[in-house]
Formats: sequence, structure tokens, C-alpha cells
Amino acid sequence: MATATSKRTIEVALSTTGLGPDGKPQRIPLGAEGLTRAAPALEPEFEGEHMLINIGPQHPATHGVLRLVLELDGETVVRCIPHVGYLHCGFEKIGEYRQYNQIIPWTDREDYLNSMGNNVAYALGAERLFGIEITPRCTVLRVIAMELSRIISHLVWLGTTCIDIGAFTPFLWSFQERENVYNLLERWTGARLTTSGTRVGGMIADVPEGWTDQLRHFIATFPKTLDQVDRMLNKNAIWVGRTVGLGVMTPEEAMNYGLSGPMLRASGVAYDVRKDFPYLDYETYDFDVPVGTNGDVYDRFLVRQEELRQSVRILDQALQRLPDGPVNVDDPRVILPSKTKATSEMESMIHHFKLVMEGPRPPIGEVYVPIESPKGEKGYYFVSDGTAKPVRWRIRPPSYVNLSAIPKMVEGHLLSDVIAINASIDIVMGEIDR
Amino acid sequence: MTTSKEHGTPTFQVVYPGQPGDAPATLRNIAHRGGAMNPSVDALRATFGAAILRSEVVWGDTTVYVERAKVAEICAWLQGDPSQSYEYLVDVTAVEYRDAVRAIEVVWHLRSLKFRRFLRLKAELPKDGKTPLAVPSVWAVWKGADWLERECFDMFGIRFEGHPDLRRILMWEQYKEGYPLRKDFPMRGRFSRSEQLKQALAANPEARYSMEELSISDAFEDLPTDMRSRLLGGEKTGE
Amino acid sequence: MGLTVQPDPASAVSWNPQTQEGWITTRLDFLVNWGRANSLWPMPFGTACCAIEFMASAASKFDLARFGMERMSFSPRQADVLICAGRVPFKLAPVIRRIYQQMHQPKWVISMGACASSGGMFDSYAVVQGIDTIIPVDVYVPGCPPRPEGLIYGIMMLQKKVMEERMSNAGLRDELMPDPTSQLYIPPSRIDELSEPFGNSVHQTRSAP
Repeated sequence: MATATSKRTIEVALSTTGLGPDGKPQRIPLGAEGLTRAAPALEPEFEGEHMLINIGPQHPATHGVLRLVLELDGETVVRCIPHVGYLHCGFEKIGEYRQYNQIIPWTDREDYLNSMGNNVAYALGAERLFGIEITPRCTVLRVIAMELSRIISHLVWLGTTCIDIGAFTPFLWSFQERENVYNLLERWTGARLTTSGTRVGGMIADVPEGWTDQLRHFIATFPKTLDQVDRMLNKNAIWVGRTVGLGVMTPEEAMNYGLSGPMLRASGVAYDVRKDFPYLDYETYDFDVPVGTNGDVYDRFLVRQEELRQSVRILDQALQRLPDGPVNVDDPRVILPSKTKATSEMESMIHHFKLVMEGPRPPIGEVYVPIESPKGEKGYYFVSDGTAKPVRWRIRPPSYVNLSAIPKMVEGHLLSDVIAINASIDIVMGEIDR
Repeated sequence: MTTSKEHGTPTFQVVYPGQPGDAPATLRNIAHRGGAMNPSVDALRATFGAAILRSEVVWGDTTVYVERAKVAEICAWLQGDPSQSYEYLVDVTAVEYRDAVRAIEVVWHLRSLKFRRFLRLKAELPKDGKTPLAVPSVWAVWKGADWLERECFDMFGIRFEGHPDLRRILMWEQYKEGYPLRKDFPMRGRFSRSEQLKQALAANPEARYSMEELSISDAFEDLPTDMRSRLLGGEKTGE
Repeated sequence: MGLTVQPDPASAVSWNPQTQEGWITTRLDFLVNWGRANSLWPMPFGTACCAIEFMASAASKFDLARFGMERMSFSPRQADVLICAGRVPFKLAPVIRRIYQQMHQPKWVISMGACASSGGMFDSYAVVQGIDTIIPVDVYVPGCPPRPEGLIYGIMMLQKKVMEERMSNAGLRDELMPDPTSQLYIPPSRIDELSEPFGNSVHQTRSAP
């Protein structure tokens, strides 16, 4: 190995052999008769000399500030060492210093592609800790919120993955559709991305008038975009060639590595929290759980594509059954009195003041409530000691666990496939590093 | 999916959670304490006896307190025994209470897809100054425990014995302030902001080789001289 | 300069096809700044939520191409403006410092969002309280995250700043050199002062009750 230096100069085979009689360059396809030759005995000691490559933490294809150190043998990845933590902001520590309703803005910013879904997940956990049953209208509104955020999260995945693999157009399509969802969320909660849409025991507000019509319009138009993406990618030779057979995880491996969400389902495990540990009455909705059979990048793409369609189905059913009635529970422990009452009645004002300043206090206990986030099984684990602030607020981050399997998935593949495999995990660094 | 036929790659048998024909429903009106206990608890008691300290049901979830030293053994049994089949590790974390004497708890969340069960295991690490902050690692049982245990070590300083690569994961390796999620750690950190920034900027972002993590130690003699001298100087990854 | 009439302050370009066929006269300052301001190549340093809004700004509805910015320069050596979109933890501080140092003059920095500008809601042990403690910042865009319109307004402010630069200002392109021992640009006392908790977060340091 000691002599393996400066042998990188390789004779390049030209595709033109010279000028023809008409003065134009002759073009002969590579490998044609007369051009084939025995592979030169280049670099006999080439194998064994490894190269190190550092991707990130600031790299357009790492979807944030992930850093991968790769050891390469030629172009083949021999070893991959991921480094995370470049976006560690101390969410869980901050959570111990905030009241239960005050934590909700942090849940937006943790998996920022799925902010409304996180808000709902947080509220579900906190409500179990308080022993609250939410109203029927709130239940359906939360289903709508979760499925909308699943759609926008998968759309970001679609757009960025397409850019990574070399297609720019689906990025524009998916961001156009995202703008439609943003408009919906903005009308409802006042924010495009960081919605903070739930409160313990209810929602920030009921949906405004005419909102459901806007949502119906979205449901009607959105599948057309999906069809376009289907037509463009599903049989596209480049897309298929760059995704099939990459990063395969068998069902046993996938379970052992703790994968969840589309990653696990693409590997052939039909585990969906919405079906297996239902919440928000998901068992009463008619939808399918797409399952892959190869566990490769292409299957993950197909599973997410199908999940987008199933989300549209769920949204449609939720709109049909959306009942009237109050959104917030009638529970003075957690729900603020109305502004009119708080400014006119002494008791309501004191109540309002105490709830805001001291915060609602749950009984001693602990809960872990999982939901199916777009990335996988996400759960908030609360431990309460009876005070207004949790002792421990733990986020179970699906993409953190999914990402931990990346060495297993990329080793043995080519360097260019690392980008595709990394994109297929659908990581969001805010959630991984917290 | 039709991909298998088109591309001729091997296909998997689809794994379905739960027993055929039983469709779970959304839980309602869960009692604060009490309620149906996870049947795995009785099986655990029958198999491990005194290593199972106590169990309780809080808000519908069963918590089992187990002896610290037996955790890996218990987890291996829970995962491997066909009557339990906890094939899925959800989470590994720890809880430190505000109480100055109450023990630190290490928490494992396990899930059985086959039986649709959820089980919380806990091991207590008393804050008596004598008990080491260490529990056995379950990495050998579930590979998914790798980063979860590293994070728990990073945030609480709990050592997972048997973990192959127990390094800090979220904070950088030379982080000096301690373990952030411990209760004696102030929210804004121990040092002043300028000191924190000074220490963070001292890290070299281009340092990326360390002997421990890359298998380049075999090829050490072939490395360029500057890299060799940096590695000999004990360079770590530039985190 | 001074060969022709004074430029019209409104357009700063005087062109009279009748008398000066084929000629444009203008101030060199103006011409260079005009070129620079309308082809600012961004180096997106996207870390968190703001990066998603930055992507939305670059996508079809808001279309950063209108500002000559559609060419994302992921290599700092070919970039003009560093857009720091999202929170910057201490672990990332040497990285953003290095990227800034790798950029060539002329270079500008936009701090997008509350977290990059001031630490925002993350007043914790891990987050830098404003990237102006690490690198000099030209434009701060408020918001959590800012809407694409907000970012575009910040970009237009930066364009205005670029237009006002004068070549007679000899110190304009001086590279800021950090203190060799501490690697800080500004004195530690100033960093501590900038990082003080303010507003509501002063009261939110108690863990219980």
C-alpha cells in the first residue's frame, strides 16, 4: 500500500475518433466494433486505498445540517458515520420550564414540516395526562389538521427528493400545492408554517366561514397534481434507475432498527399507528395502508405517493362528517373563559388570570401517546409531578431513529446513491436534533 | 406493489401487526390509575421473579419496575419469546425528578406489533452517591437502541454498559458544561454566553478524522504527513 | 467623471440618443452597484423552519428569480449574500463562521427570522443568541418564520444598501479579523449584553411550579 500514490491519471477514451471526410467529427458510440479494447490494467493496487469524504453539515442534499463522513473504496461506500446535533436547541430542557399550553409553540418548530400534526399530538398527550375527552367537532377538525400537515410534509419530501435525484419540476408543483394548504392553515390559525393550532382541550379557534369550501376545492384539485407526478416519475427511466434496489431493509431489520412510518411500511411491515393504536377515531375512517414489498427507495416513494392519496380520502370523509357544536371542552381547569366574560365578570377574570399566570395542573402521572406523523411513529412522553410544568417532556423522534439506520442502508452502495437513500428517509433535522 | 415483478428483486412477506380479525378502537375515558394490566407483567414475574420489583397502570399504560442489572436479560426475553414478541423498541430515555433524593429512572418503551401491546420498563438509579449511573445496554437486542442510548448518555450522563460506541451525539465531543437534562444544569448553561461561544468557536470545523471512528488506522502509514501529525495529536471530529 | 451633464437623480443614467449615439454615461459606482444589487447570488444557510419559507420564496409563487437570485450558490466561494435561515446552535457556530470567511468580498449577510437574529424563543444552553455575535449582519428579517414577502422586503433593503455603497469608502471591503485568542469579533462583554434574556423570557427561568 505504501506505493499507492499519484496513479490517478487515467487515459480517457474519446468518443470521437477524428474528423470524417466531410470535416465533421465522427461519432462512434462507446463499445461499438473497433473501439472495444481490453480493460487496461490500471492501478493494480487500487483496492484497499480508501478515501474519506465529508458531506455536510451545510450541503444542499442533506436536507438541513446533517453531516455524513464516508469512507470510500473507489466510489463504493465502505463505511458511513453520520454526525447529528448541529441543530440541537434544547427543546426538552425548555419544556421543563414552560406550562403545558406554553409548550405548544415549540412543537411547531420541532418537526416544522408537520407543525399542525405535532400540535395535535402534543394536545392528545396532554389531554390524556389531564384526563380530558375532547368534543366530537374538535376530533374531526384535528383529523383534518393532521392529514393536511401530512400532505404538506410529504410534498416537501417529494420536492426536495426530486431535486436531489435530478428533477426540478415536481419541486415547483409540490410548492404550488403547499401554498394552497398554507392558505388554508393561515385562514384557520393565522400562520403559514408555525401554526400553534391546538390548545389543551381544544383548538386555537374554530375554522372560519367558508373554510370547508376552500378545503373541498383543494381536495378536488390536488389529485390532479399527484397524477402529474405519477406520470412524470413512476415509469421514468432515470427515476427508476436511481431508486430501485437501493437501501434495502428487510422487515426484520426494519423492526429491529426501530424504523417507523413509510420507511417501515416500504419494508413490508403494515404497521400504522392510526390502524394499530388508533386515536381521534381513525378506526372509523375508511383508508388503506400502503405497504411495499422490496424495502428500497422506490418503494418508499410509492408508499408516500399512495399515502398522499389516502390522506385526501380521509379529508373527504372528515369533511362529510364534520359535526356542529363547540370546539373546546367545557372544562374550567384548562379552557380560558371567553374574553367578554373575563372583562365583565370578576370570577371569570380571576379564573383567566390564574390560568394564564399559574397554568393548569395535571394530576401526578405519566403518559406516552403515539401518533402517525408523516415521518413515522411520533409520541410525546410527559411525566408530571402535579405542578404546572412537566418534570420531563420527551419527544420520540421518528426520523432520528430512522436516520440511525443510514450506515446500514448506504454501505456497499455508490456515493451518488447515498444522496437518494438519505433523501428517502425523509429526515427533518429540527426533529432529529431537537 | 408491482415493482417486484418488473425488476426481479426479491420480495418480502408482508408482516401484519395484531391478530387477524381484531380491530382496535380509540381509547376513551381512561382511568388515571388502575385498569387492565398488560399480561406480559405476569409472565415476567413468572420468569424473572424477584427481578421484577413492582408494576402499576397509569393512564392505561403498564409500567414495570425492574432490577437495574437484569434489564438486558429481561429485554432479550421479551423480544425473543414468542408469547411476548416485543420486536419493536420505541424509545429509551430517562427521567430525573425535581425532588433531590428521588431516584433517576431510565425508561424503555417497548411495543409488540404481534399482540398490539405497549409496555414501559423502568430501572431506578438512586441518587445516593454510591450507585453508578449505569444500566446494561439493549443494543444487542434492538439495533434501534444505538442512538437512543447515546442521546440518553449525552443528556443525562447515564452509561449504557455494553454499548459499542457510547459517545456524545447531540453536543460536541469536547462539550465541557455537563449533561444538559440533569436538574442541576441551568437552562442557559453553566458558562456565560461569551464563554460558550468562545469554546464553540474553538472547535475546528474541518477536523473530520479520528482514529476511533474510522477504520483508517490500518492505512495510517499511507496517510499524508499533515493528517498523520494531526491524528497523533489526538484530533477528534470537529464537533 | 464629469464629462457629461450631471446624472438625473431619479434614474442616475443619462442617455440621449440624439446627441450621444451609442453612449451611456453614468457614475461607475452606480453601474457597478446596479449590477451587484440585481444579481445577488445567495448562499442559503438553511437550518430550520425558515429554510422551508426560504424554499417557498424560491419556488414558483414568490419567485426569487425576479431579484436575480434564482441561482442558489451552495459553494460559499461563488456567493454574494449569506442568508442564514433558521436557528444556529453553538455546535454550528464554527461552521457558519467558516462559511462566512470562505466567501469572497463583496459579501453581505441576511439574518432571516427571529432565531438567527436574536436566538428567538430558544433562550437555552445550546443556541447562539443572534448570529451577529459570530459574523457581521447587514439585514435582519423579523418573523418566526418570516413570510416570503418579509424575506423579499429584506432583500430589497439589502439591494438599497448595495446601491448606496461608494468606492471612495476605502474601508468598505475590509475583512473583519477576529481576536486571535478568543476568535470573537466583538468583546465578550458585548456578547453577554446582547444575549441577556429580555421580555417574557426573563420570568421563565424557574422550572417549577
